Amino acid sequence: MLELRNVSYTVTDNGKKEILKNINLTIDDRFVVITGPNGSGKSTLAKIIAGIITPTSGQILLDGVDITEMSITERAKAGISFAFQQPVRFKGITVKDLINLAAGRKLNFTEACNYLSEVGLCARDYINREVNASLSGGELKRIEIAMILARGTKLSLFDEPEAGIDLWSFNSLIRVFEAMHESIKGNILIISHQERILEIADKIVLLKDGEISQIGTKDEIMPQILGTSGVCPQIKE
Amino acid sequence: MAMKLDKIQLNLLEQVADLHEVPAGAYNIRTNGTSAGRSTTANIDIVSKEDKDGIDIIIKPGTKKESIHIPVLLSESGIEEMVYNDFHIGDDADVVIVAGCGIHNGGDLASKHDGVHSFFIGKNAKVKYVEKHYGYGDGKGEKIMNPVTVIEMGENSYFEMETAQIRGVDSTNRKTIAKLADGATLIVGEKLLTHGTQQAITEFEIDLYGEKSSAHVVSRSVAQDDSYQEFISRVYGNNECNGHTECDAIVMNNAKVTAIPEIKANHTEASLIHEAAIGKIAGEQLIKLMTLGLTEKEAEEHIISGFLK
Repeated sequence: MLELRNVSYTVTDNGKKEILKNINLTIDDRFVVITGPNGSGKSTLAKIIAGIITPTSGQILLDGVDITEMSITERAKAGISFAFQQPVRFKGITVKDLINLAAGRKLNFTEACNYLSEVGLCARDYINREVNASLSGGELKRIEIAMILARGTKLSLFDEPEAGIDLWSFNSLIRVFEAMHESIKGNILIISHQERILEIADKIVLLKDGEISQIGTKDEIMPQILGTSGVCPQIKE
Repeated sequence: MAMKLDKIQLNLLEQVADLHEVPAGAYNIRTNGTSAGRSTTANIDIVSKEDKDGIDIIIKPGTKKESIHIPVLLSESGIEEMVYNDFHIGDDADVVIVAGCGIHNGGDLASKHDGVHSFFIGKNAKVKYVEKHYGYGDGKGEKIMNPVTVIEMGENSYFEMETAQIRGVDSTNRKTIAKLADGATLIVGEKLLTHGTQQAITEFEIDLYGEKSSAHVVSRSVAQDDSYQEFISRVYGNNECNGHTECDAIVMNNAKVTAIPEIKANHTEASLIHEAAIGKIAGEQLIKLMTLGLTEKEAEEHIISGFLK
């Protein structure tokens, strides 16, 4: 269970700007989806949870333990995994290296193959590939998700997992999340704009201008998001 | 010839040639300025030079799947030497040559190995050349290596050169000069890591004289602490040819790196590319590995060892 208490984040680069204001949120459901317009602070919130950004004020607790002062490494060890919106490329580091690092041990071929096939990649073709510019954005994105599977931590955080997932279907992505919950029994927190991901959420958090504007089930939130997004109907279609 | 190597020399041998003992096949091991052992085969002859320090390695045309090891080991402080090794590789041969220099300097005098390796490669011959440089020892004496490699490539020959110098060598000034005939292919991969106050200068000068000749030079380096690196690469296209030179460097701490790629087309059908990139380790790479549970230091080590792999 993850708890955010009065988390705020302000930047003072070009005049003071509040990115997040008094976020109070408890995540103890299977799938929680954070959604909201661009610039509402979703990715910042994910980075605060992973320890990449330090909040200006507030407290973060994981299973009742205060992790606010913990580094990225300590939080990773405490059980937080984070799939980046834009996965990182590494010259010379292979898919196998990353999956092994994620798992925290040397996996055998079958084990690595299991994680990669979950995300629709054939281990034989990918295991020794370098995670460099030769991989497409969609391939990197799937490897990023496979790493989260290999980690198997109690909290898994995905920042827009659907972005750039090329030929691989949404259904497969959703099946991965479901299988992941089956095997790990942890909490899965997804940042997404995608209606089909919102549909599997047990809880939807709507973020607007750095504040939580609503929290509720998909039946409560979905009609409002889809009905009052302020986008002209032509674009929506 | 029976030969004995001490512990220090065996360690150097392992570092520069991945050998745990005296190798099979043709070899010439030079320790502290003299030849310590030599073995030849039916197809490969090794002859000492009469007029200067060094050897001639003669590989018969058509020699296939044989290897030649010629490590140089310096384990006494204060030795300075200049060695000339010439490789005559016959037409259609296909061989692996492993050279390398290991210096252990436990004293306060400088140890220095300068070597000129010249390759005369016959038509259609294929050579893989591996060269490693390694130095250690706690003495104040500097470990200096200045290798020169001259490669003359015959028609449709193929030469692949792998060089590595990871830590340990205080000062290096390396020069590689190649001339390619029709259809010849040259591939060079250089790995370099300097630290402390080390200095490494590497210079390539490649002349593509032949029609459809091609050269690819790729250098990957990491400069740490107060070290200095300079990468100079000149690729000249004098015919219908392909040339590519690439330098990719990670700079850390107070280190400095200069990259000077130069390409020159003396022919309208010459196609030449140069790339050079220098920068620190990307912050997002460190962060990604830290989200997998690695400390910043461990993440840095993984990124560097992958980069130089």
